[in-house]
Amino acid sequence: MTGKKTETIRSKIWEETPEEDNPFAAKACYCSGYDVYGDILPKASWSEYLYLLFKRERPTPAQAKLLEKLAIAVANPGPRDNSIHAAMCGGVGGSTYAACLMAALGVGAGQLGGAHEVAIAMDCWMTCGQDLAVWRERLLYPPQEERADIWLPMEHPPGFDPHGASCATPVRQTLEYLVQCYPDGALAWLAQNRTALEQAVECPLAMTGVAAAALTDLGLTPQQGEMLYLLLRLPGAAVHALEQEKYGWRNFPFFHDGIELLDDPGPRVAPA
Amino acid sequence: MRGPEKLLECEDRWVTRMGKWFSGERVVYRGQDLHVDLADLDWMALYLYGITGRRFDEKQLKILNAIWTNTSYPEPRIWNNRVAALAGTARSTGTLGLAAAVAVSEASIYGHRPSTRAVDFFWRAQKMLDEGQALSGIVAREMERFRGIYGYGRPITREDERIPHMVRLARELGFDQGRCARLAFEVEALLLAERWRLHMNIAALDAALAADLGLTPREHHLFMTPCFMAGMPPCFRDANEQAEGAFFPLSCGRIAYEGAARRAWG
Repeated sequence: MTGKKTETIRSKIWEETPEEDNPFAAKACYCSGYDVYGDILPKASWSEYLYLLFKRERPTPAQAKLLEKLAIAVANPGPRDNSIHAAMCGGVGGSTYAACLMAALGVGAGQLGGAHEVAIAMDCWMTCGQDLAVWRERLLYPPQEERADIWLPMEHPPGFDPHGASCATPVRQTLEYLVQCYPDGALAWLAQNRTALEQAVECPLAMTGVAAAALTDLGLTPQQGEMLYLLLRLPGAAVHALEQEKYGWRNFPFFHDGIELLDDPGPRVAPA
Repeated sequence: MRGPEKLLECEDRWVTRMGKWFSGERVVYRGQDLHVDLADLDWMALYLYGITGRRFDEKQLKILNAIWTNTSYPEPRIWNNRVAALAGTARSTGTLGLAAAVAVSEASIYGHRPSTRAVDFFWRAQKMLDEGQALSGIVAREMERFRGIYGYGRPITREDERIPHMVRLARELGFDQGRCARLAFEVEALLLAERWRLHMNIAALDAALAADLGLTPREHHLFMTPCFMAGMPPCFRDANEQAEGAFFPLSCGRIAYEGAARRAWG
């Protein structure tokens, strides 16, 4: 014995008991006290389990439904989305599948339509609650970070589409349906005040704004919301990467005449 | 509403000064022919040219190169390197392991956030000094406002073994008397003399040297991105070549559960 204390991984989420014959094989796994393979697996839905993992408590039926429907709404932003485009760049070149998803995560992490935007929008919910005047102030005059960071300052109001002409139909459909699932929270307030907010910031609501409200209604922190948003958008990335791998690079846009170079020095002759 | 005008303007059109591949013919890289004008550049010089559009001389490249080599530890316990080792033991690919480890290096308690914020501090501090503020006041304000200055203090250990080596090289190459290089030590002296008791770590010295070479926070962030990378392949290979799954395996009892008591789903 060295007398040194064994280092452990502390967790409020996960507990394991080992098989008698192997301390590295779990005999039972418990998630926040529930037997994962004995109890959760046969009885819980995916969204109930997902909620339990994040919140360490079972969701109410309304929360489970909200999470499930949010997961459907954001599962595939479609192949024009930057994160899916990135995944397809992996697929079309025959990159590893992990690389395709890493590409989707790296791009989909961003502040334009991505997970960090969702977290910033959730921060707004924490600060502004359901006060329209405070929301207007926050969106029009966001707090300025004095120091540089790995993240750039936001270039548009979080949760809104800087290139939008009007609120896109799928965004409105999602908001309307999610309010039906969860009628008494941020989503409902957002639905009532959407046009006022859009007029204030001169941008239509985006899916990130709906997701931020839904994740707020689920009681998640901005950090949890950012993680979950990253996770929930991966199905689309996966299937579009696989699809473009099959179609191949000849069928994928290369933007052949797309680069307009402003400082082309012209052909040079290499020294002999 | 602003509308999609900008997107319409850019669909199938990317206007740039950064470069282009003329297929089968040549490559323009920031206004230069990659294979002719830039043919003499080594990788580090090209990388920095790509970030900044500027060419760095031999001494400058040497000190910048040292920033990377000094911080490339083949130490698989360090969190980013551990990712490379875990990829190796789990028999993932080398590229995935290294890419994941590089991504993880954009961390908050070490790595790229402290680096970026440290160089930002030196740019802001210079401006404040130019405006006539005293360094002691600048440091006190930063500590009060942000509860720390990136580049000062270090997890796990207080002293930074990299600093004497960088100082020696900086002196040898003539970079030790740069404004920010001197500032880095003056800030440390203030932090040690006052109640904060914080030593400088390498992020501050590296950032100061980079700021003296004109690297902005954005430029420094990109420059530092591969800074740990040379330490990662040994971690990956070692774990990849030893028995699969043998890198620091954790038995069930190593999870110290402190959550809700056992209960039935019902």
